[in-house]
Amino acid sequence: MALFVLFFYGFVVTAAIGLVASWIDRKVTARVQYRVGPPFLQPVVDIVKLLGKETLVPAGVSKAVFLLPPVVGLSSVIAVSALLWVNNLNPAESFLGDLIVVVYLLTLPALAIMMGGFASRNPLASVGASREMKLLLSYELPFVLAILVPVIKSGFDIRLGAILSVQADNGVFAGSLSGFLALVVAILCMQAKLGLVPFDIAEAETEIVGGPLIEYSGSGLAVYRLMKNMLLFTLPFFLMILFMGGLRLDGMHLVYGILKYVGLVALATVIRNTNPRVRIDQAVRFFWGRMTLLAFVAVLLALRGY
Amino acid sequence: MSIKLNALLKSPWVFHLSTGSCNNCDIEVLDCLTPRFDIERFGMLLVGSIKHADVLLVTGSANRKSVVRLKRLYEQIPKPCLVVAIGECALSRGMFIHSYNCPVPLDKIIPVDIYIPGCPPKPEAIIAGVVKLINRVREKAAVKK
Repeated sequence: MALFVLFFYGFVVTAAIGLVASWIDRKVTARVQYRVGPPFLQPVVDIVKLLGKETLVPAGVSKAVFLLPPVVGLSSVIAVSALLWVNNLNPAESFLGDLIVVVYLLTLPALAIMMGGFASRNPLASVGASREMKLLLSYELPFVLAILVPVIKSGFDIRLGAILSVQADNGVFAGSLSGFLALVVAILCMQAKLGLVPFDIAEAETEIVGGPLIEYSGSGLAVYRLMKNMLLFTLPFFLMILFMGGLRLDGMHLVYGILKYVGLVALATVIRNTNPRVRIDQAVRFFWGRMTLLAFVAVLLALRGY
Repeated sequence: MSIKLNALLKSPWVFHLSTGSCNNCDIEVLDCLTPRFDIERFGMLLVGSIKHADVLLVTGSANRKSVVRLKRLYEQIPKPCLVVAIGECALSRGMFIHSYNCPVPLDKIIPVDIYIPGCPPKPEAIIAGVVKLINRVREKAAVKK
């Protein structure tokens, strides 16, 4: 049963929704720019193509350290999505502290990208990896503070299932003032976690040509792409569970759930298309300054019961 | 046709290399990405790293300095790959045919799959050339079967 959940919900369903979401992202981007955009199956075709290509390992690089990080990143995303699905489908199956496990596992994709960047023995990849590290340090603080708000509001319970059932009884947290502020902070942290503009500092196609992924080709790149596409489902799903009452599969709630998810993805796409890339020092100042302040205000308001 | 080849032809990511062109061809290549032509319709993306590329677009007359880099990039592109020569200079060295700096044409250095003439070729011509190349690879694969 556990293996089935891990494989079916963690991998198959998440990957399918993630690939559709990445098509939505590309299509909306194209429409914003008055283009036609790629066909529906394009993300799948891209990954199949990359799997069929030659996998090159740069000279003087340890094969294991170079090819392991994409697998580590992908498996952590699979684990975290399986955990989220289990909680979403059956809130009673939650265990104490799974929220902490989710937060911990969600930093692993960024760590995998860093490992790959430093392993690939390329100056641009090293620059990208060190930027990724600074970005991770900067957005983690407001992200954890924002997550504290639903924890406080559900009576200091760090089980995802409890957070979901409190929301099912008393209405979603995003409806209250503190919940809304925390959601805004979390959405901007999600933007940085997904590596989308304005926080695509680590990849920066036009500046350091793909950053940590510059040396990856073939299946290594395919796994990284799949990981990023799956994160495009997992992170909005996590925010939905924390602030918007999750994705309920019964009747009209399914439609609301899909609307919530598509809304979050479309919001990320619109932010990505209307903003220029910021510098790394600007990003750190933004997250440690204004975002942390906003998250603090949200936590204080939540403690006061707003 | 195999899934592998089919997927390759449906999402060819291009890497754009100038071996000493006057930049006219490069501007026309970039025009293909603009809303009017939008080659992302066919799954094509312009990538920055040669390791991500499937198609090598070469412009310019392959002068002595850039030939070394050209060879190194051709060795680094993951196979299977395609090479497209764009513009008069890449085809036959154009007006630099008698230059001391351009000893051999491009196709004597690396294998070229398709030639797109013009000085510079129009974006329409570039897209038409790439479509012809894709169709030819498809036919070849069908004949092999």
